[in-house]
Amino acid sequence: MELRFTEEERAFRQEVRDFIDRNLPAATRERMESGRTPTKEMVVQWQRTLNAKGWAVPHWPVEWGGTGWSPIKRFILQEEIQQTPAPLPLAFNVSMCGPVIIAFGTEAQKKRFLPRMANLDDWWCQGFSEPGAGSDLASLKTRAVRQGDHYVVNGQKTWTTLAQYADWIFLLVRTDPNAAKPQEGISFLLVDMKSPGITVRPIITIDGAHEVNEVFFDDVKVPVENLVGTENRGWDCAKFLLSNERTGQARVGASKERIRRLKLIASQAPGGGRPIIEDPRFRERLTEVEVQLKALEITTLRVLATEQKNLGQRKPNPASSILKIRGTELQQAISELYVLAAGPYGLAGAHPDSDRRNEPELVPEWAALAQPVYFNWRKQSIYGGSNEIQKNIMAKAFLGL
Amino acid sequence: MDFDLTEEQRLLQDSVARLLGDRYRFEQRNAYMATPEGWSREMWAAYAELGLLALPFAEAEGGHGGGAEETMIVAEQMGRALTLEPWLPTVVLGGGFLRHGAPAELRGALVPRIAAGEMLLAFAHTEAQSRYDLHDVATTARRDGAGWVLDGRKMVVLHGDSAHRLVVTARTAGGRRDRKGIGVFLVDAAAPGVSRRGFTAVDGHRAAEVTLERVRVGPEAVLGDPEDGLPLVDRVVDEAIAALAAEAVGAMEAVHQLTVEYLKTRRQFGRPIGSFQALQHRAAEMMVALEEARSMAMLGAMMAEEEDAAERRRQMHAVKLQIGRSAKFVGQQAIQLHGGIAMTMEYAAGHYFKRLTAIDTTFGDAEHHLNALAEQGGLTGAAAA
Repeated sequence: MELRFTEEERAFRQEVRDFIDRNLPAATRERMESGRTPTKEMVVQWQRTLNAKGWAVPHWPVEWGGTGWSPIKRFILQEEIQQTPAPLPLAFNVSMCGPVIIAFGTEAQKKRFLPRMANLDDWWCQGFSEPGAGSDLASLKTRAVRQGDHYVVNGQKTWTTLAQYADWIFLLVRTDPNAAKPQEGISFLLVDMKSPGITVRPIITIDGAHEVNEVFFDDVKVPVENLVGTENRGWDCAKFLLSNERTGQARVGASKERIRRLKLIASQAPGGGRPIIEDPRFRERLTEVEVQLKALEITTLRVLATEQKNLGQRKPNPASSILKIRGTELQQAISELYVLAAGPYGLAGAHPDSDRRNEPELVPEWAALAQPVYFNWRKQSIYGGSNEIQKNIMAKAFLGL
Repeated sequence: MDFDLTEEQRLLQDSVARLLGDRYRFEQRNAYMATPEGWSREMWAAYAELGLLALPFAEAEGGHGGGAEETMIVAEQMGRALTLEPWLPTVVLGGGFLRHGAPAELRGALVPRIAAGEMLLAFAHTEAQSRYDLHDVATTARRDGAGWVLDGRKMVVLHGDSAHRLVVTARTAGGRRDRKGIGVFLVDAAAPGVSRRGFTAVDGHRAAEVTLERVRVGPEAVLGDPEDGLPLVDRVVDEAIAALAAEAVGAMEAVHQLTVEYLKTRRQFGRPIGSFQALQHRAAEMMVALEEARSMAMLGAMMAEEEDAAERRRQMHAVKLQIGRSAKFVGQQAIQLHGGIAMTMEYAAGHYFKRLTAIDTTFGDAEHHLNALAEQGGLTGAAAA
């Protein structure tokens, strides 16, 4: 057992830090430091910079651009990117759809899609949830009917994050409505967002942001070669993808950055008042969150180390549910501390994804964003399999209940 | 970074687990607890035979050269079995003072006897007024020629009733709450002026109130710097916190397993109660708390050997805080999910709960460590720009 980072790992962390400092555009860093979401152009530019360095998809197989690094080394890269803060490589591409194509796709699909995914030449979005299929994802109704060398897709997806930017969507569709179990009639399709019959409609969330969308499919023709894996076996892909997604949701590096910044903010005295860090109640809540984050960090490393040993297995790891639950709870707790720190300044809220703000000098930007971010982050315990669903998974997979 | 045990460590884990699995089942534990002494001399001999009493001492001095990881491995198994023997006071606390504070000749004389199971130690520190503040010491040590005279009263000295030697903190200079002026003395429990009142603590472990009245000790009794012993106390207590954290993880793991088994077998409304989602979620939340505690116990084992005292203390605050939080949640929910049966003395769950509560209230509970850590500016210290 050795819980300290090795000399080599520490040197690598420094190398990453130096690379980010030299190459990350100042505008991207400033925008993210303030708590706003980066623009599409910022995300694309940064992922291409990482890809040119060979760091966009370190967890992929080497032949598809991976690095063959240990999970710990990958964790360090991810943590440093989040801590800067800088945009992570787009999760829909590199953590969700990419690994599914690598595990289940054909050679032709890999050649066609993977390099463009890694370089963010194509922006992917996720077509899983439907108005009637949230936690009960397997009840989804969007239909795909085989007609010659095409599927014809009809139905509706919802909560589709950043579909307004997307070139492609990976889609769960029902190909066999008569299967014995709902999970057995589902297939995993790759669909060009420019296909005729697709309509994207924005959903504005309570923080005022346009982040998610409804996507409608009206007789959309999808070539049969865009089926991933076996027809009616798409649920295997979905389970695999959701388990991968959960590991990323711990977002330890991002939370560290938010806490570091909060400590700075809380030790300032807006309007000449008493800094909130001097309030023992606030300090204790902050400290409690820090300790919980430490526990999450070590737990994340433990899960990654286990995954390293089980490499090559396409089995989902139920321990990732712990990371999803605690990671999202902690991010939400941190967002509450920002609201506390902002106090009445928080009433002058701004939109996190836009440049529109109230009077620029009215309140500091972090304070204006405190409540919108708090509102927005309520989503975290809902998406990616709600935290209650994660507990169902743990009860079944770990505890045999 | 590597979370795997070495081959040797796995062997150690297996042999302790096997010994306790054979000879420390719940009914056997109850029998040990019911003896006048409250623990098992036979088990103590078995620990000696396995090398558990020699574990942390240097090989050259008759020990096994184990580090904080080996202590963690053993403590975790003892937590699973809820052992009652004075392993923590003798080997971790007493042993810690010998390793960090005693001259080599003294260690050479005592370590073989400890390893053989012939000598028991206890740490006589906590006083009526001190709560968890390690620097709050009213017991006095006055110079008397080359030696010292000790006066004072120590409460809840863990296994203080059976110890042959007591590690006693006493004030050599300064006021009651000064950080300087604390000395650490190794006192023969049979010395004139030492009186002990033994009792069974809430968790079944033995403890004693120790009174020192004009107790004379020679200059060789001093461990470390007689005017500045607090850093030594801090260091040994930090090692004990790491061991307690591991013990708590073992206890939490065992009581969680017990609870999950119960959920599968207990039937109400015509089905196993584990089929109810409210209870499934609680069991999953217990597991989250357990794994958080396990991660922090690992941090504890790593930080126990940290030379930077301030950094070590800071991390131990975090470790003990998480252990306290997790222990309370897991212990309380184990009782709740079992229902009435766990309220009875004859069932194991309540005994785990009591031991977990005792661990929280030993060397600082969660609130104490939260307070201390928050006052220092948190885990990552002052903000860096």
